[in-house]
Amino acid sequence: MFDIVAFIPRAIGQSVPLLFGCSGEIITEKSGNLNLGIPGVMYVGGISGVIGAFFYEQSCAGGDMNGFLAIMIPLLCSLTGSLIMGLIYCLLTVTLRANQNVTGLAMTTFGVGIGNFFGGSLIKLSGADVPSIALSRTSAYYSKALPFAANLGWFGKIFLSYGFLCYAAFLIAIVSAIILFKTRAGLHLRAVGENPGTADAAGINVSKYKYLATCIGCMIAGLGGLYYVMDYASGVWSNDAFGDRGWLAIALVIFSIWNPLIGIFASILFGGLYIVYLYIPTGMDYMEFKELYKMIPYVVTLFVLVLTSMRNKRENQPPASLGLSFFREER
Amino acid sequence: MKKSQKEPLFHIVKRDVLPWYKAWGIRAIAIVVALIVCGIITTVTTGLNPLKVYGAFIQGAFGSGRKVWITFQNMSILLIISLALTPAFKMRFWNIGGEGQVLVGALATAACMITLGDKIPNVLLIIIMSISALAAGAVWGLIPAIFKAKWNTNETLSTLMMNYIATQIVAFFTIVWEVPKGSFTVGIINQSTNAGWLPQLFGSKYLLPIVVAAVVTASMYIYLKYSKHGYEIAVVGESEKTAKYVGMKTGKIIIRTMVLSGALCGLAGLLLVGGINHTITTTINSGQGFTAVMVSWLAKFNPITMIFTSFLIIFLERGAGEISTNFGLNQSFADILTGIILFFIIGCEFFISYRIAGRKSSKEN
Repeated sequence: MFDIVAFIPRAIGQSVPLLFGCSGEIITEKSGNLNLGIPGVMYVGGISGVIGAFFYEQSCAGGDMNGFLAIMIPLLCSLTGSLIMGLIYCLLTVTLRANQNVTGLAMTTFGVGIGNFFGGSLIKLSGADVPSIALSRTSAYYSKALPFAANLGWFGKIFLSYGFLCYAAFLIAIVSAIILFKTRAGLHLRAVGENPGTADAAGINVSKYKYLATCIGCMIAGLGGLYYVMDYASGVWSNDAFGDRGWLAIALVIFSIWNPLIGIFASILFGGLYIVYLYIPTGMDYMEFKELYKMIPYVVTLFVLVLTSMRNKRENQPPASLGLSFFREER
Repeated sequence: MKKSQKEPLFHIVKRDVLPWYKAWGIRAIAIVVALIVCGIITTVTTGLNPLKVYGAFIQGAFGSGRKVWITFQNMSILLIISLALTPAFKMRFWNIGGEGQVLVGALATAACMITLGDKIPNVLLIIIMSISALAAGAVWGLIPAIFKAKWNTNETLSTLMMNYIATQIVAFFTIVWEVPKGSFTVGIINQSTNAGWLPQLFGSKYLLPIVVAAVVTASMYIYLKYSKHGYEIAVVGESEKTAKYVGMKTGKIIIRTMVLSGALCGLAGLLLVGGINHTITTTINSGQGFTAVMVSWLAKFNPITMIFTSFLIIFLERGAGEISTNFGLNQSFADILTGIILFFIIGCEFFISYRIAGRKSSKEN
């Protein structure tokens, strides 16, 4: 009936973009910046990678592709794209002290627009009949599973059958947890997010930490977009396919109470919830109920949001200055 | 501190409140610069003469009588949603759930039109439609408000989740009501009988939302500026502690304001389904719940200024839409241009509230 060995890899595949977005946003929020532009950043990360891969594939249309370049070019393009988005956000909210919610929403409009516009243009350039670009050759490098995954049965399928970005997602989450909670830089970063005035008085460069945390956070989140196109969707970019995963990633930050380690489990849970509607039997006559089952992740998030606020434990609260700009001369 | 430490080349000083004409001058400069940047970007991506691009912008918004009407109709819907969100923002309740609140209002309207159409007199139907649309929006605003008032749940995220829940409920009913079966669309509701279609004012099908928007703008201005409720909202927004200290029941104020906010969004949903589209889809509101956040903020939560900011956004949208159709670009080009212009307007606020003082002038102080 319910094939758990097939379900888990799919759930994990779904969870990776969420985990990238969630880790990135946790680092950002720990510096006191609530970046609602993450959905846009993830689109930009995805499309920048696609643009890089597209032109590289075109340039060696006849010949063989160099595996190293095939991976590095989209990766670097994606990182640069999301870094630029991070810099725009920081320039507006940190240097120019703009309202973070409004800036974030504008970034999302802008980023999704960039994704769909350049996606649309590339589709035209490639002259395809279907409204999507297929970069299957680049994707082959990205989704290459570990070599011995195939001969290890269910173990190989559940643990070893993913592309390298998937393992990178888990690694980044673990490393960022260590940096946030075990190092001096992490301590400073958390101080900036809790009370920038005090951090400033202690000699911490508040703007530098905010810039660094937000830009690194954006670059991590952008990788989520890249993973989605290159690995999960097997190199097929179609407009709006990435959907609302960016918003879900922001919700996950709360779900995981600002801890990337909890974020790992939370994102796998959400990855499962995201596709669980495919597994609930409805029959052909009741297709409409599938739409109701798609609601599950959002209802669960809302529920958890309310629960964590009800319990109101001190260590589970958001950074105290989240969403506020810092101006030294303001009392 | 050592004397030899270098004094920074410049530093940032908070300004006194600028006279309004200077503040608007800065904003106007920002918009002009943004338009120039947009022109350059359009020229680079399309290879067009920039003057032609601006011409196409104006053509898109005002090219014909019908286009002017549509521009004003779209603007009034966006204005109503922005006004709806404003009281919540004024008390620092970040309601980004306008999208969901409009959708449930639209859903309630469509439900009444489909289930009650032709069964009861049209006047009664329209009254029931209006009440249920307002009530549905109000409920959608009430739920996050209760969470906020009782447990201080983060409203930005709870309202966001309510959006997606609303979208899925609409998707569910779209399939339940689909005509014909398997098409995943509802089609025009009551096309033959026009039951539940909102009346046309003076024979123009575009006028009703515009009139409603005008009424809502005026009432919201008075409500926020001259009523006791408006005053309480302002106090809660400035400092919740002060409000509690003087004996205001902040929970009650939050809930009351969000019910109002949600109900007005429901009104926008009613106009969208009953007055304009006569059908329902999950994307009927096309993200205006989010755009409205920016409209309201750009206007500094002032209902009168919001007329201009909503006009600006709709003008951009229609103009960029025109460019995309004329020159075969895809529709998302409008989003990019809107994004750029927003970045400039958001950034220019800095120069209104702060000024950069050079090294020399700081010595004089």
